[in-house]
Amino acid sequence: MSLDKATVRRIAHLARIEVPDSALEPLAQELSGIMGWIEQLREVNTDAVAPMTGGTDMKLAWRKDVQTDGDKPEKVLANAPDRHEAFFAVPKVVE
Amino acid sequence: MTDLTRFTIAQAREHLRKKDFTALELTDAYIKAIEGHRDLNAYIVETPDLARERAKESDYRIKTGDAKYLEGIPLGIKDLFCTEGVQTTAGSQILKGFVPQYESTVSQRLRDAGSVMLGKLNLDEFAMGSSNKTSFYGNVKNPWKAKGKNDDLAPGGSSGGSAAAVSAHIAAAATGTDTGGSIRQPAAFCGIVGVKPTYGRCSRWGIVAFASSLDQAGPMTRTVRDAAIMLNAMVGHDPKDSTSSPLPMGDMEAALGKGVKGLKIGIPKEYRPDGLNAEVNALWDKGAAWLKAAGAEVVDISLPHTKYALPTYYIVAPAEASSNLARYDGVRYGLRVPGNSLDEMYAKTRAAGFGAEVKRRILIGTYVLSAGYYDAYYLKAQKVRALIAQDFEQAFQKVDAILTPTAPTAAFGLNDKITDPVAMYLNDVFTVPASLAGIPGSSVPAGLNSDGLPLGLQVLTKRWDEETLFRVSQVLEDAAQFPSLKG
Repeated sequence: MSLDKATVRRIAHLARIEVPDSALEPLAQELSGIMGWIEQLREVNTDAVAPMTGGTDMKLAWRKDVQTDGDKPEKVLANAPDRHEAFFAVPKVVE
Repeated sequence: MTDLTRFTIAQAREHLRKKDFTALELTDAYIKAIEGHRDLNAYIVETPDLARERAKESDYRIKTGDAKYLEGIPLGIKDLFCTEGVQTTAGSQILKGFVPQYESTVSQRLRDAGSVMLGKLNLDEFAMGSSNKTSFYGNVKNPWKAKGKNDDLAPGGSSGGSAAAVSAHIAAAATGTDTGGSIRQPAAFCGIVGVKPTYGRCSRWGIVAFASSLDQAGPMTRTVRDAAIMLNAMVGHDPKDSTSSPLPMGDMEAALGKGVKGLKIGIPKEYRPDGLNAEVNALWDKGAAWLKAAGAEVVDISLPHTKYALPTYYIVAPAEASSNLARYDGVRYGLRVPGNSLDEMYAKTRAAGFGAEVKRRILIGTYVLSAGYYDAYYLKAQKVRALIAQDFEQAFQKVDAILTPTAPTAAFGLNDKITDPVAMYLNDVFTVPASLAGIPGSSVPAGLNSDGLPLGLQVLTKRWDEETLFRVSQVLEDAAQFPSLKG
């Protein structure tokens, strides 16, 4: 599987990572190399295999749907790059 | 007093109880040793004041007869564990200056057991790497050197700072995390013991997430006994991690003396590919002979899907990482690079804050999860993962433990040019299968190669059977008489 520049541009946008145009081609080659190596998985017959979706065979535990923590705005905001009163501040989203 | 750093946890604990020296003296000895080994770059943050404060509290508890399980033992904490009031970076620029307002469950447990934190240990960025070269805070140096040479060697990764610190006696022990080998491979490179317990033993709460279905914390220590002591303190059910197990583990220290008499040890033929390093191969045979001499039966087994483990891992782990690392967007913590719109701010922040390997994995992960490719890659990998886990299940119907080398080579040079990412990924060829299966594994330092560099042997057991893991590891350690670095 080889990735072209347009594909890399698309996934970089999906991942919200700015990639300069000059870096697209080398990145496409690098990622194609990795994906090419991964292609060998096609050899494996997995027709009757159920996917393993986690790291454990345990059943997930149930818990009551109640609040366990909260009311700590200063702690929540302690590392904020920008804040306004008790909110995180970001560039304007809605015109 | 720096000679106090020569003691294992088990020894130091005894001396502290007998009041041969104080916890403060022990901590001061480590602080001095850290200052003398800054060239290793093992610590991203040193916390000497905090350490002395906690050591004094330990001395008080020792005096009043209230000493706890790890009272006064100075530890290094991998900088992937959130520590209250102490910068936690995950080795990334994007978290530079991030000061958690809470403590991870595992580091809290170690704190509650009376241990003393010396600082935060360097690692590959977001634990993605096998060399420690991807850390934004500079690479760690392996305290070992090849015979007659002065070239700096890689400590392995991602827990490279932890491995180097324990090996060089600038921490009595350290925490590590293992996603595909990040405890075991650096332990092997630095000549120390590393244990990745069963997935679910240690709570992941408060550990910066890389690949949530694989990440597992564990101890890195100078002896197998110390690993048992550390693990005893680290594990336990945590309601804040839904994958944390309610099953009790038992006391691993008590398992150590039980030997391997009557145990069946499997030697998987797929771990002996053509061209396997001859010294690694020979040490593996030696390890099997040691276990046989101690009364175990050694049998050949097959784990037929082994060769597919690495490519499977390099779909599953990046996929999970691309999702986990979506949170670093410059809004709530860490780096922010301004942009004209929210989207532009995200993209600029992430471009500036993540290093090349992290970006590579996020892009791979995004690709294999994207529309049209999910079934072909991600679902396929999950199915192959099931087959890999099944291989182990079938093997453990015949054997009690599996013995393999930990890594295909000894530590490589920090200046070796490894430009192909796939060549770097191959370091984890023997550790990744167990991570995918969620089973426990250890690395025990077992010998030196002809360059005088450490080689490790890996022990694997079935899920929740850390007891057998420690029994086998102890026998290997006793037989190997490994020449650890002196403090």
